Amino acid sequence: MSTGAWVVVAAIALAVAFGSYRALTDGRFRGTHKVRDATAPVVEGSDPVVEEVALATVSKPPTTWTHVTTAIPEAKLGEKATLLQFSSAFCAPCRATRRTLTEVAEVVPGVEHLEVDAEHHLDLVRALGVMRTPTTLVLDATGREVTRATGAPRKEQVLTALTRS
Amino acid sequence: MSTIAQSHPGSTLAAGIDPRGPQFAATLTSVVLIVVLLLAPGPAAAAVLALQAAVFAVGATRGVQRTPYAWLFRTFVRPRLAAPTELEDPAPPGFAQTVGLGFAVVGLLGFVTGLDALGLVATGFALVAALLNALFRFCLGCELYLLAKRLTA
Repeated sequence: MSTGAWVVVAAIALAVAFGSYRALTDGRFRGTHKVRDATAPVVEGSDPVVEEVALATVSKPPTTWTHVTTAIPEAKLGEKATLLQFSSAFCAPCRATRRTLTEVAEVVPGVEHLEVDAEHHLDLVRALGVMRTPTTLVLDATGREVTRATGAPRKEQVLTALTRS
Repeated sequence: MSTIAQSHPGSTLAAGIDPRGPQFAATLTSVVLIVVLLLAPGPAAAAVLALQAAVFAVGATRGVQRTPYAWLFRTFVRPRLAAPTELEDPAPPGFAQTVGLGFAVVGLLGFVTGLDALGLVATGFALVAALLNALFRFCLGCELYLLAKRLTA
């Protein structure tokens, strides 16, 4: 076989392996990402003025939600849980994800769906360790990340993840 | 309830395209790239790859609906299919064409300058991306977009 033919075989093997892996893992909720600089605001908290301000605005210790409100001040935390979706312009599965999460937020009381354009909030993307879109984070009532899924999740996967919050 | 609206262009349903179009195009692209690799190295491989690069260039600059592959889909394939269950934003597959063009140009440079290994590897990556699109509707370029933004911006 020519070198080119071997490249064809390798490319097919790589595509099938990677595609199958993604098809299996996409939309599955598992794990979280440690909030970066999580200790920094606590140190600031030793200053009574800062502490008061921090207490007035967000519950401490700092959570994923602290980062979200820093980037998007008008964001609203769900009473029970928040579905935080990261999307980008060049992302076909983001649309399906938006539809699924909007539906869940409408059906389940106290759940908010918040969609963030990742491209325009890169600091938040870095702080929360978002690598690809769509990424969906499930936050509990205090704004702490419970779990996350990359790739479009199915409705029942979202509902199951919500029971953990 | 969605609190933050999306602000990117082309996301309206009116501008939507049949998602099977780009998938069909990716299938043709895969076949063409396999032909390139089987012909490589040599002027025949470079010529076929140049044609594919031209198709990518049309898709990247004028939109995925304007490529010859899209025309074939509209003319011969779509009339035989049922109506699509949903329409898709043309921006992601359009971006994928840009990524494909990048790989094709590098591959072409490789074959033309005699750096056959470069030509083979670049064409191989383009084939992986096209196959992922054809088999899984998975857009590799779209996925790398955020990573690239994270690293550069």
